[in-house]
Amino acid sequence: MSTVTMIYAGMFYIATFLLVVGLVYKIFDYSRTPAPLVIPTTPAPTTRTGVVYRMAKEVVVFESLFKSNKWIWVFGWLFHFGLLLVLARHLRYFTQPVWFWVDIVQPFGKYASIMMVAGLAGLLARRFVVDRVRYISTPSDYLMLVLLIAIGVSGMLMTFVAHTDIISLKEFFMGLMYLDIQPLPQDPILMVHLALVASLMAIFPISKLLHAPGLFFSPTRNQVDNPREHRHVAAWAARLDQNN
Amino acid sequence: MAVAEFDIPEMKDDIEIPKLREGVMSHIKSFPAPKSVQDFMGYPHELGEDWKERAIDKMGDLLGKYRSLKVFLDACVHCGACTDKCHYYLGTSDPKNMPVARQDLMRQVYRRYFTTAGKLFPKLVGAKDLTKEILDDWYSYYHQCSECRRCSVYCPYGIDTAEITMAGREILNHVGMGQKYSNEILGKVQKIGNNLGLPGPALIDTLEGLEEDIEADTGVPVKMPIDVKGAEVLLITPSADFFSEPHVESLIGYAKVFHAAGINWTLSTHAAEAGNFGLFNGNYETMRKVAMRIRDAALELGVKRIVVGECGHAWRVAYSFWNTLTGIGYGGNDPFSIELQKQLDPTYPQPQHICELTNDLIKSGRIKVDPSMNDDLIVTYHDSCNVARASRMGTEPGGQFTIPRELIKSVVNNFHNMADDTIYEATYCCGGGGGVLTDDLMEVRVKGALPRATALNNVVKEYQVNFMATICAICKAQFTKVLPKYGFDMSMVGGVHQLVSKAIKLD
Repeated sequence: MSTVTMIYAGMFYIATFLLVVGLVYKIFDYSRTPAPLVIPTTPAPTTRTGVVYRMAKEVVVFESLFKSNKWIWVFGWLFHFGLLLVLARHLRYFTQPVWFWVDIVQPFGKYASIMMVAGLAGLLARRFVVDRVRYISTPSDYLMLVLLIAIGVSGMLMTFVAHTDIISLKEFFMGLMYLDIQPLPQDPILMVHLALVASLMAIFPISKLLHAPGLFFSPTRNQVDNPREHRHVAAWAARLDQNN
Repeated sequence: MAVAEFDIPEMKDDIEIPKLREGVMSHIKSFPAPKSVQDFMGYPHELGEDWKERAIDKMGDLLGKYRSLKVFLDACVHCGACTDKCHYYLGTSDPKNMPVARQDLMRQVYRRYFTTAGKLFPKLVGAKDLTKEILDDWYSYYHQCSECRRCSVYCPYGIDTAEITMAGREILNHVGMGQKYSNEILGKVQKIGNNLGLPGPALIDTLEGLEEDIEADTGVPVKMPIDVKGAEVLLITPSADFFSEPHVESLIGYAKVFHAAGINWTLSTHAAEAGNFGLFNGNYETMRKVAMRIRDAALELGVKRIVVGECGHAWRVAYSFWNTLTGIGYGGNDPFSIELQKQLDPTYPQPQHICELTNDLIKSGRIKVDPSMNDDLIVTYHDSCNVARASRMGTEPGGQFTIPRELIKSVVNNFHNMADDTIYEATYCCGGGGGVLTDDLMEVRVKGALPRATALNNVVKEYQVNFMATICAICKAQFTKVLPKYGFDMSMVGGVHQLVSKAIKLD
């Protein structure tokens, strides 16, 4: 087994570990932190079903962002929906036999990479062009976009320009999953692509990418508007009632 | 301490997004709370040597108690969707008045002390050590936020800057940097029973005077009962309704409604205040203590219903928090809340907004109105932020928009909405909410009113609107003071029940 293969195998095990443990910890931390007051941004749904619908609209079509700013919405939605299709396409490297819907999604996922990178480029341009967005941008805001663009572009290079050995690549990842490490094809573009993906996975739980789980825990979006009908009390606050 | 002169912003045809001008509002410093005020609240009145530890400890404490704070500090991606949504940014063009930048004042410190990335790579993620300069920025800019939640409507993750402002003020209080205006009021309401500090006898005297005025005016002996045991309804209203113009006109309106409908009602000297500035400072215990006066009064007087007068943040606290804080509402299964809830009449919402009550009475024909009495007026309606974005009326989402408008349209013949992107949940704050309604923040108040003044100006030009109704004591006080700076007459602002008062038929 080559050193490169061992490094990449180790890198993906560590990145996956950091991603999973980090996210599980964050989700645990969010769920154990109480929301003592009812603070949905109103008008808000008055039933749990209504909240699921509200949240679904936020997740699928970015409803609030649509109300807010059409440019950010277009670029943001292109990027996220493109990424979703691209990720779905990548499932073929991790399933054997490949699931039928992953087969169907292949051609869409291929061109979705263009959507993804175009969206990211738009978001990056806004950071330079709009004075308000430039003011609030930190170095990590730019780097995160550059990282994602680099992942997208390196992937597109392999799809559209210089194909890599995807048969061996799949054997490498299936091997990782079944703890039977297989050689990684030593293609420089592929190695750049994979290294960037691994770093993205590793920083996910300690970066602003936490907006993904965060949305589901956002009290202004996930709470039911029924405070007159239901008494909502957090444990630390309920103790105050006992002193009366 | 004199407050500096400043330029009144120019009103354009439309609300415009200004180019940013860094630091133009950094001189703003609300008067600090003196020792006596801070002592009563249990806070220090000056920075001690350990202020930094106290601040970070308090931040940690709040992060453990409020999921909103923890999630909101983590989730922001700096997308910029909120940057043009705050009336204070639109009116001042100071970038630290953009919601995300206001949040970042705290987020930079949160990242440094509470996150892995900020501990390892502070420069990369914009994390900073807490310094006196940052603390001063907090004091300045957390008192340039009216906690109106407009940004939370537009944030893709629902990040509500109000939650961060509240936490910021709470931390400032804990290190000894309280705000005079809010903390003084919190002392008065707890010691005397209302924000204005009116003692019971003065209040009773005022109500008697008002009864005489109404009778002289209408020939009908409309009463303003107070501390009546066994009354059906306890009315909780902002204390401004007792003394300030135009607020008192709405109080007269409520009294006429109860009289015409034959409802036995009462005010309370112990709870002569709907407002709850505990909300503004983000202290749960203070907010609860202030709200407990209403529970105590309801139990003491044995009332069956609790109705709330025209006050924006008070309605948020009443509608959204009273059940949680004091058990006023339904669905409690603990002895504390059951004690009160078994006393309340389950056929009515508890608490009920005065607009819900009056609108129901008009629709069911129990009171009669003549809208032509308001034919001298062409009316528009300003949605108050806490009513619009933090509460509801009626049974359907959005009732907080439709019910006051239904009520207005039943008592006036001429009504026009302002532009769509300035009403309903997109409404612009009056500029004086959330603990900003003080003369030492006049520059913030005037500039923050620019978007609303612009929208109002457009309906004045188009429809000759000459009255803007609203259901918030702070909005009324703010607009009567600030709209004249934009060339409007102060008397064009008033309550919805001021309109009801003119149109209602009394026997």
